Amino acid sequence: MTAVPVRAREPGPQKFREMSGKVGWGIVAWVVGIAFFLPVAWMVITAFKPESAAETWPPKFVFSPTLAQFRLVFSGMGPFLTHSLIATTVSTLLVLLLGVPAAYALSVNPIKHWRDGLFFFISTKMLPIVAAIGPLYVIAVHIHLLDSIWLLIILYTAMNLPLAIWMIRSFMLEVPSELLEAARLDGAGRIREITGVIMPVISPGLVSTSLICVIFAWNELFLALNLTVTNAATMPMFLISSVPQEGLYIAHLSAAATVASVPVILVGWIAQRSLVRGLSMGAIK
Amino acid sequence: MAQVKFVSATRMYAKNALPAVDALDLDIKDGEFMVLVGPSGSGKTTALRMLAGLEPLDGGRVEIGDRDVTFVRPKDRDIAMVFQNYALYPQKTVAENMGFALKMQRVPKDERARRVREAARLLDLDDKLLNRKPKQLSGGQRQRVAMGRALVREPQVFLMDEPLSNLDAKLRVQTRSQIAELQRRLGITTVYVTHDQVEAMTMGHRVAVLADGQLQQVDTPRQLYDKPVNQFVAGFIGSPAMNLQNAPLTDGGARLAGTILPLPAPVRSAAGQAGLRELVLGIRPEHLHLADGAGELRGEVMLVEELGADALLHVRLAESGNQVVARTEGRTPPAPGQDVTFNVRPDDVFAFHPQTGARLAG
Repeated sequence: MTAVPVRAREPGPQKFREMSGKVGWGIVAWVVGIAFFLPVAWMVITAFKPESAAETWPPKFVFSPTLAQFRLVFSGMGPFLTHSLIATTVSTLLVLLLGVPAAYALSVNPIKHWRDGLFFFISTKMLPIVAAIGPLYVIAVHIHLLDSIWLLIILYTAMNLPLAIWMIRSFMLEVPSELLEAARLDGAGRIREITGVIMPVISPGLVSTSLICVIFAWNELFLALNLTVTNAATMPMFLISSVPQEGLYIAHLSAAATVASVPVILVGWIAQRSLVRGLSMGAIK
Repeated sequence: MAQVKFVSATRMYAKNALPAVDALDLDIKDGEFMVLVGPSGSGKTTALRMLAGLEPLDGGRVEIGDRDVTFVRPKDRDIAMVFQNYALYPQKTVAENMGFALKMQRVPKDERARRVREAARLLDLDDKLLNRKPKQLSGGQRQRVAMGRALVREPQVFLMDEPLSNLDAKLRVQTRSQIAELQRRLGITTVYVTHDQVEAMTMGHRVAVLADGQLQQVDTPRQLYDKPVNQFVAGFIGSPAMNLQNAPLTDGGARLAGTILPLPAPVRSAAGQAGLRELVLGIRPEHLHLADGAGELRGEVMLVEELGADALLHVRLAESGNQVVARTEGRTPPAPGQDVTFNVRPDDVFAFHPQTGARLAG
């Protein structure tokens, strides 16, 4: 590109108003952004404080940072982390495995009562989970899955599936019909059509769907708290367990919370390009 | 290779709606280049999709090479289709795109690669392009890949749905002749859909003109131009379009722009039998010949469109005040505002029934 010299225009009153408007919005954006980020920053900073410095008011900004809390966290975190990783990964894979064909049957090749199906899936999310915890507990006891990682996998899959189906369906609707017709003419069967044609096209959408499932499963506390004890306790359970009966714990809790947040942030950061493309898939052609 | 046959093929999108394709009867010969042409909503694309198996039939049947394929799945019809937007698989390379159908047919890898390269050579696609993704290609290259994907399959019938509409004007003209030439060389039966009558005329061995789901006429380009069966075909084929003017009947002909255009006896008797007092006259712009004041049709030039080789005159006719278009030699066209006269050879005057639109002919 060749640069075309443009003579700077006199900043008229119109221009000035535009500029000040931009600056105004900029300030608002920064204030809101900082307000959101402040608790996170506070958590991370506190994690590096000695317990004695953590609970002072006003908060101290000058202190000698220590990794003592992290050492403590890492020493007890192992099983919790493993459970969380298993429950999150397996449930997310299951969601994709079940969600893709389900979304296909509700969009590209719709079944007869696809509207009812679609509504049924979302309706399962309308019931407050608290209302279901009693029956879930009883069932879990009877099928001997209480405090089992399999129970969490099943529940997290069920919990994330409706949203995933809705998301994947909306991505599938964006796939040009000519592409599917070309595949049909080329002799692709139904499975080939899904795996070879549709899935590559909507892969950014699948990544963002997976990411959301991962976040929800990773952060889930209520079910884990009520249905697991030790054999399947997850990272959010670990956070709770780092609150002792007595004594100071803020720094320890902050360190645990920081560690627990890292995987999700990491996954999000890796996936961010696909995430933006996936979430805006319908918006731009 | 095979002939294609539509037998009363009908498609209705909704129960009470007018059929998108209404009892289409069309015989396409082996090796023929058949163009389906018509305005949007004429049913030409629907007809093609019925042949492809992408659109079910609500009546009648479709045959490919004496085989009734009405209920045969698209992939088993031995056809290949080029889509308007090419429909290339975005995540596959050019070679994978072109070889996909063969892969589905379980053609061995070497054979696949050979046929892909062969098709690429046929279409002047550089070998370097074979490993690119569609996104990295220009519009013209994408178009050729889409063609290649169809070629590789060596089908019995090619189906093309406005394959040139996404190209710019110059490339379109170029590709137009390439496709026609390729089809002639390969001799594969081809059904080609377009809304562009120039494409239809230049490419088709025969052209089927459709309107409102009905087949109007199927004939060679020459015949469509010289002997249109009705007012629609007459107005659709030819550019600029034929001038169509209502004209009252007189003893020896019809009255238009201050003169009486003589009509052949069969036309007059046909009009008489139908009890007409008025008919629609059709004169092509290129058949209005400028005459220095001595012509029959009189009018005033309103606008001159210079095309280089020739010029289009928009002329307001005397008496009726209707506008007609005349094509004239480009060097010295008359100026706007000037009074002009035209001569017309009686053979070049078409006459149509004002209500049914059918051509009145002996």
